[in-house]
Amino acid sequence: MANFIQIYSRFFDEVGRTSDFAWKFITSWWKPRYEWSELIKQFFIIGYKSLPLVGMTAFIMGLVLTMQLRPSMVHYGVESQIPMIVGIAIIREVGPVLTALIFAGKIGSSIGAELGSMKVTEQIDAMEVSGTNPFKYLVVTRVMATTLMLPVLVILGDAISLYGCYLGVNINGVTSFRSFWTQIFDSLVFSDVIPAFIKSFFFGFAVGIVGCFKGYHSNKGTEGVGKSANSSVVISSLLIFIIDLLAVQITDAIGFN
Amino acid sequence: MNANPIYSETVTLPANRACVLSVGHLNKSFGNNKVLVDFSMHLFEGESIVIFGKSGCGKSVLIKCIIGLLRPDEGRIIVLDHDVSMLSHDEMDVLRAKMGFLFQSNALYDSMTVRENLEFPLRRHWIQLGQSEIDKLVSEALEDVGLLHTIDIMPSELSGGMRKRIALARTLILKPKIMMYDEPTTGLDPITGNEIIDLMIEIQKKYNTSSIVISHDMNCIKKVSDRIIMLIDGTCYAIGSFETVSKSTDEKIKPFFV
Repeated sequence: MANFIQIYSRFFDEVGRTSDFAWKFITSWWKPRYEWSELIKQFFIIGYKSLPLVGMTAFIMGLVLTMQLRPSMVHYGVESQIPMIVGIAIIREVGPVLTALIFAGKIGSSIGAELGSMKVTEQIDAMEVSGTNPFKYLVVTRVMATTLMLPVLVILGDAISLYGCYLGVNINGVTSFRSFWTQIFDSLVFSDVIPAFIKSFFFGFAVGIVGCFKGYHSNKGTEGVGKSANSSVVISSLLIFIIDLLAVQITDAIGFN
Repeated sequence: MNANPIYSETVTLPANRACVLSVGHLNKSFGNNKVLVDFSMHLFEGESIVIFGKSGCGKSVLIKCIIGLLRPDEGRIIVLDHDVSMLSHDEMDVLRAKMGFLFQSNALYDSMTVRENLEFPLRRHWIQLGQSEIDKLVSEALEDVGLLHTIDIMPSELSGGMRKRIALARTLILKPKIMMYDEPTTGLDPITGNEIIDLMIEIQKKYNTSSIVISHDMNCIKKVSDRIIMLIDGTCYAIGSFETVSKSTDEKIKPFFV
């Protein structure tokens, strides 16, 4: 029983400390000094360098989803509806969540490990001694980059995924490029696109905050760095699903579905 | 200061020198573990004090409290006439430009080249400097430590001794008035260790810096110290010159000099 209470108190302590860390970000990101050069560097590392991985997984997912769906659609005689169904599934759910999970795996672990090893080797302390606020230099720039870059990656990932769907449709049939895209855009409405776009900001924020928190508070030693990287991925992936669940409830509640 | 110090500090106080750092009745605990207990000391201009004691006795905690990386539970730290506990974050940053800190692990930024490592504190503190002035200061600092040829190399490509020298150059680039060295010779071979010690002495003479050195290395302690402080159980157990303290017959001090 004592052990059970200890585990739960540790869990709530961790939740509290992470929330406190997130609040510190919210109250400090807009205050000077602005670390522009580091921010641009992080945009490049976090956004641009993630594009090949995100693009490849999105393409495969679009193609596979189309090929998996095809037999059932043919069975019910609605084969022509494949672009519409896959398009809505990708834009509303698969695209943002899949991209966020890939992003959490690549960027969450890299932030956790990088800040963790900086903490262990006293580089964060050295930064503070050099007159630099390490929270602004390391955390604010990375969280800003994850929050702003993930929605961009989601849009690009969605486009690549739909192209995969187009190829999938054309494996067993012939649909022109123009009619494929016309069918998709005709079936999409703002309530499909906007909530998915908005929730991807929150996904990016969760990945950035968790990665930075875990790295910034890493335990000493190589084991601590490994744990920071690992728990960054696990917790941010879980948070992505929780945010997704909340987002669908909220959009339902405000009648945006 | 210990209630019953073995050596009075007044015996070895340097004459006519300004006090640049003063620590008064400092207490610091981590949970139930009392690391520093009513610790006091003074550091004078151009003076070098070595603090030594058993591992985990609070030496690193003390200098981290001085530089503001840790907040003491009680006590006052006055650095260059500024009470550290009263300073805002920005004011502390200004004061830190006058203090150098050499980390035991060197703490070089491993994602930056040697040049970028040295430019980092300059760009933070002296943002009005032009690139040519920055280049000149970086070259000068690297020349001081004899490693100008490593300017565009990543820290991971350097040996332990070279990394220590680069870390020293990065600390010196702001021309600090007070230097703090956390075990500067630990992990180095005796020859490289001696080179670092000579460099520390040379720097002190050249820039007239005051230093606090944390070390277990008797060779380093003997060569560098004007005074030494023995930290035992978180208190200032003994203070005096190396010769005086090393000749002590006290049960707690003797084992360190055997």
